[in-house]
Amino acid sequence: MSIALSLGNNLTTGGIFKPTAVNNTSVNNVTDFAGIAGGATLVLLSTQTASASASISFTTGIDNTYDEYIFKWINCHPASNDSFQFNCSTDGGSNYNVTKTTTFFAAYHYENDSSTFLGYNINADKDLLNDYQTINSGVGGDDADNSCVGYLHLFAPSSTTYVKHFIARGQHISQTPYTYENYVAGYFDTTSAINAIDFKFATSNIDDGIIKMYGVVKS
Amino acid sequence: MGTITRTFANNITTSGVFKPNAFNNASFDNVTAVPSGAIESGGMVLLSTQTASGDASISFTSGIDSTYKEYMFIFNNIHPASNSNLQFQTSTDGGSNYGVTATTTFFYASHQENDGEAILAYKTNRDQAQSTDFIYLTGDNMEASASDASVSGYLHLFEPSSTTFVKHYMSNTDHVADGPYQQNNYSAGYFNTTSAINAVQFKTTSGNIDAGTIQMFGIL
Repeated sequence: MSIALSLGNNLTTGGIFKPTAVNNTSVNNVTDFAGIAGGATLVLLSTQTASASASISFTTGIDNTYDEYIFKWINCHPASNDSFQFNCSTDGGSNYNVTKTTTFFAAYHYENDSSTFLGYNINADKDLLNDYQTINSGVGGDDADNSCVGYLHLFAPSSTTYVKHFIARGQHISQTPYTYENYVAGYFDTTSAINAIDFKFATSNIDDGIIKMYGVVKS
Repeated sequence: MGTITRTFANNITTSGVFKPNAFNNASFDNVTAVPSGAIESGGMVLLSTQTASGDASISFTSGIDSTYKEYMFIFNNIHPASNSNLQFQTSTDGGSNYGVTATTTFFYASHQENDGEAILAYKTNRDQAQSTDFIYLTGDNMEASASDASVSGYLHLFEPSSTTFVKHYMSNTDHVADGPYQQNNYSAGYFNTTSAINAVQFKTTSGNIDAGTIQMFGIL
């Protein structure tokens, strides 16, 4: 009876629960507010951690759910001095060899202040080639505190109408040592849907580091 | 009470499950948290917003730790009291000292409003080679005399709590430079330390920051 009275006090005359009827404990068993978007515009889809890995691939989750995907790599450390690269796949990751045309320019600055540079690197761009695209050129691997970071935007990978554009910016420490900033952009020259992506160093393992994949909500 | 009970009963199915009309938005006014994962969270978590008002500097001395692998700072309409550049530095002692050794690059695209000059150039007097000085985020002095002139942009700081790696950052700002010029500035580099970075400070090369906001986000 006491409970009934308390319950009654928590109801409006229309039989609707008042705020006092529900508190944080009341929803402890609710594990999914499916109708609440949560205001997320950048959704973390996957995180992978390297540990002497030959490569890190994302073979699920790249579809038409999102019109833009963002990949971030944080403190990827090569087993030896090497360039960090990526490629895409249209067959779920069986082959990473999509034809691409790209641009690559960079800025660097030596720790001893002996040299600075801003310019286009014709050795790192692609003209209708299907091999891996460099996004950090010449990452130091011999020193334990050397690493590379960066982000890559991949636009509408599931489109079957348009080529697939990407924009990337990478920052790393090179062996000499100097700071090196990489600007890479271009398009995968295919109207097939891209559904997988692979990151690796050109010849050596990824000793350490993480790579995250985000989806950017459409609306 | 009887009327309420009958009305309430109408909000329950014969299986005893609440119908949608048992709750309205006000019913959950006192719910301020739900179990982790119950609501899809955003990839960016706003940790702090600071608004400048004649401040010598703006510092973030808490919240920078191993919780996030990446922190992003967004500058919105920073307006200086006098012609000056926006700079930043970091701290490994919670903000007691801002002067971590850094090597950086700086280049910018600059376009004069009267179309007299349009360039893309590396700017050697804005980079650093193993220096503990504050790091430039803008190329030429911001124009203070124009009340509508400001700088906006962002700064990514990667894994500041790492005790293994140097700490990389990348920034991009756009501002109205004295002239006036439009300048799009790119600065990047690393703090050459394996100590954890736990505070960040922003200031101008001279004078106060009259207005503007700086937000700090953690990236999940």
